[in-house]
Amino acid sequence: MFGLEFDQIFFVLIAAVTLGFSVLVVTMRNLFHAALALMVAFLGVAVTYVTLGAGFLAMAQLLVYIGAISILIIFGIMMTRRIMSAEEEPFNGQAGLAAFTAVIFFAFTTYVFINYWPAVPAVSPLAMAPEVDPAMIDNSVVLLGQAFVNPNAYVLPFEVASVMLLAALVGSVFIAKPRIQEAEA
Amino acid sequence: MIPMSWYLIFSAALFAIGLYGVMARRNAIAILMSVELLLNAVNINLVTFWRYRTPDRSVGLAWAVFVLAVAAAEAAVGLALIISVYRNRDSVIAEELDLLRN
Amino acid sequence: MDIMELLKSLLELDLGGYLQSVGTAVWVINLIGVLNLATACMIIVIFLIWLERKVIARMQDRIGPNRVGGKYGLLQSVADATKLLSKELITPAGVDRIPYNVAPVLIVVASLLTWAVIPLAPGVIGVDLNIAVFFVLAISSVSVVTFLLAGWGSNNKYALLGAFRAVAQMVSYEVPMIVSLLVPILLARSMSTVDIVEAQGIPFIVVVPLSALIFFISALAETGRTPFDLLEADSEIVAGFHIEYSGMKFAMFFLAEFLGTLFMSAFFVVIYLSGYRFFGVEELMIGGLHIGALLGFIVFVVKVFLVYFVFIWIRATLPRVRIDQLLNFNWKFLVPLSLVLLLTVAVMDKLFLADAAQIPKAAVLMVTNIVVGWVTVELLRRRDNDGQTAVSPITEEAVTAH
Repeated sequence: MFGLEFDQIFFVLIAAVTLGFSVLVVTMRNLFHAALALMVAFLGVAVTYVTLGAGFLAMAQLLVYIGAISILIIFGIMMTRRIMSAEEEPFNGQAGLAAFTAVIFFAFTTYVFINYWPAVPAVSPLAMAPEVDPAMIDNSVVLLGQAFVNPNAYVLPFEVASVMLLAALVGSVFIAKPRIQEAEA
Repeated sequence: MIPMSWYLIFSAALFAIGLYGVMARRNAIAILMSVELLLNAVNINLVTFWRYRTPDRSVGLAWAVFVLAVAAAEAAVGLALIISVYRNRDSVIAEELDLLRN
Repeated sequence: MDIMELLKSLLELDLGGYLQSVGTAVWVINLIGVLNLATACMIIVIFLIWLERKVIARMQDRIGPNRVGGKYGLLQSVADATKLLSKELITPAGVDRIPYNVAPVLIVVASLLTWAVIPLAPGVIGVDLNIAVFFVLAISSVSVVTFLLAGWGSNNKYALLGAFRAVAQMVSYEVPMIVSLLVPILLARSMSTVDIVEAQGIPFIVVVPLSALIFFISALAETGRTPFDLLEADSEIVAGFHIEYSGMKFAMFFLAEFLGTLFMSAFFVVIYLSGYRFFGVEELMIGGLHIGALLGFIVFVVKVFLVYFVFIWIRATLPRVRIDQLLNFNWKFLVPLSLVLLLTVAVMDKLFLADAAQIPKAAVLMVTNIVVGWVTVELLRRRDNDGQTAVSPITEEAVTAH
C-alpha cells in the first residue's frame, strides 16, 4: 500500500491515533473525557516504545502513566468537579497565538529533521535503525539495571530520583491535607 | 524499517500539541495534562535516539526512566497544589489566580 | 504416519510445531494459540462458578446447586450464563456512554492479556517475555482504570463510591504485591516467568514463605475477594461500580472477577509453587515421547486448583473488613513488612549466601523469613498489650466528625 512496508503502516496508524487523541486532550471541554483521551494517547506512546524495542519502558509507561498518573488526574478532576461544566470556556485569550506558536514550532523542528537528519525515504544508513542482534535488545533491560546500580553510571541520579519521589510524596500529602482549623470550620 | 525522522516528526507533533495545550487551556488540570504530553514527546525522542544511535548503551533508556520518575513526582505535587488552591480560592482557572497582580 | 505425528505433537503439547512442519503460516498458529487460550480461560470460569458455589455450600453445611444438569448441578452456571445472555441490555438515562460501554470490554481484555506470560507446561507459553512479571503488574494496573470508567460512566453515586473504594484498595495493595514479588525475582535473577519456574529446584514457598504470604494477601485484595470485598459490599453500596450494568455487560464484570482470581492462583503457582515442576515429572521421556509436557500441564492445573480452593476457603471463612482497617493493614503492616523482608533477603543473599549450595541456602532463607515474621508478630503483640492499637487514627477522626 503506497509502497509502505507493514511496520511503516503500523507506525503511521499508531502515530495517527496518538496524535488524534492528544488533540482531543487539549481541545475537549469535558475534562473527564479529556483525561480518557490522555490515557489512549499514553497507550499509543507505549506501543511506540514497543516498536522501538523498548519493552521495559513500554510496561513502565503503562504502570506509571496509565495506572498511576491518569488515575491521579481523574481523581483531581473529580475533586474539583464544579468547574467541569460544559459552558465554561476552555481556552484563554491567547489560544490563537498559542496555536500559531505550536504550528511554527512543529514546522521548524520538522524542517530541521528533514533537512539536517536523513530524509524520507532514507538515503543515508543513519536513517534506519541499525541492524542489531535481537539479543542485544533483550539484553538492554539487563544493561539498564546494571547502569542504575553502577557507581560509574547512574547510581547517584538513581538515588536522587528516589529521594525526590519520597519528597514529592511527603510534600504533596502536606500540601493537599486540610489544615486543622479549616477542618474544624 | 521505519526511518528515524518519522519518529522525530511524530514526537515533534506531540510536543507541539502539548505546547498548545499548556499555553491555551484555562483549567490548571488541563495544563497539567498537556505537560504530561510534553514529557511523553521528550521520552519518545530519547528512546528513538537510543534505538537508532546507541543501542549498545543504556543512556537513552536510563534518562527516559528518570523522566518517568520526574513526571510521576510532578503529577503528584501539581495535583496537590491544584487541590489546595481549589480549596482556598474555589477555582482552578489559571488566569483567575492573580493574587500577586499590581 | 501423519496421524502418528499429529498424535505425538498432541501428547507433547506441541501442536504448533506440527502445524509448522506441515507448512501453516506462523501467524495462523499464533492466532489459534491465542484463541485457544482465551476460550479455555473463559470456559473454565463456568466450571469455577459451579465449584465455588458448591464448595462454599459444603462449608456452610448446605448442598448448593443440585437441580440443573444432574445430581451435582453441573450445568447450573451454564443455565445462569444463558439467562444473562438473553437479558435485555439496559442503558440507564444520563450515563456517560463511552466510558460506560468501554469498561466491561476493557476489564475482560485486561484479565485475558495477563495469561500470555503464564507457562502452562514445559515449552508451552504464550510469549516468554524477559520482563514477564513487570508485564503482569502493568496490565493489572491498567485494569484499575476500568473501575473508574464504570463507576463514573454509570452516573450513580453508589457506583462512584464503589469505584473509589476499588481504586484506593487496588492502588494500595499493588505496593506490597510488587515488593513481595521482588523477592523471588531476586532469587531467580530474572523477571521471566519461565526462568523463575526453572530456578525453583525448591519451591519458593518453602524458601521465602513470608513473601508468599504477603503476595497471597495482596492477591486477595487485588482480586477484591473476601475479606477484602468491600468494592462490591452488597450490604453497603449494593454492588459497587457495576450496579448499573445488566445482562451480558454485568456478566463481563463477573467473568473478569473470576478470571482475575484464577489468574492470581496461576501466578502464585508459577512464582511460588514451581509451576509445572513436580519432582522431575515434567522431564519424563517414554520411548522418545516427551510425555512430561502433558504431565507437567496436569501438575500445573492441579496446583492451580489447590490454590483456588484456598481462595474459596478464605471466602467461606472470613468476614469483610472495614475500609480503614483495610488501608491501615496495608500501609502500616504489609508495606513495611515487605520492605524489611526484601532488604533482609537481599542482604543475606548477597553477603552470606553468594556461594552457598542450594539446600543450605534455602534453609537459611527460610529461617530468616520465619524470624522476620515472628519478630513482627511479637512486636505487634507487645504494642497490642500496651493498648496502643485499639483505636486507629482514622476512626478517631471519623468519630469526632460525627
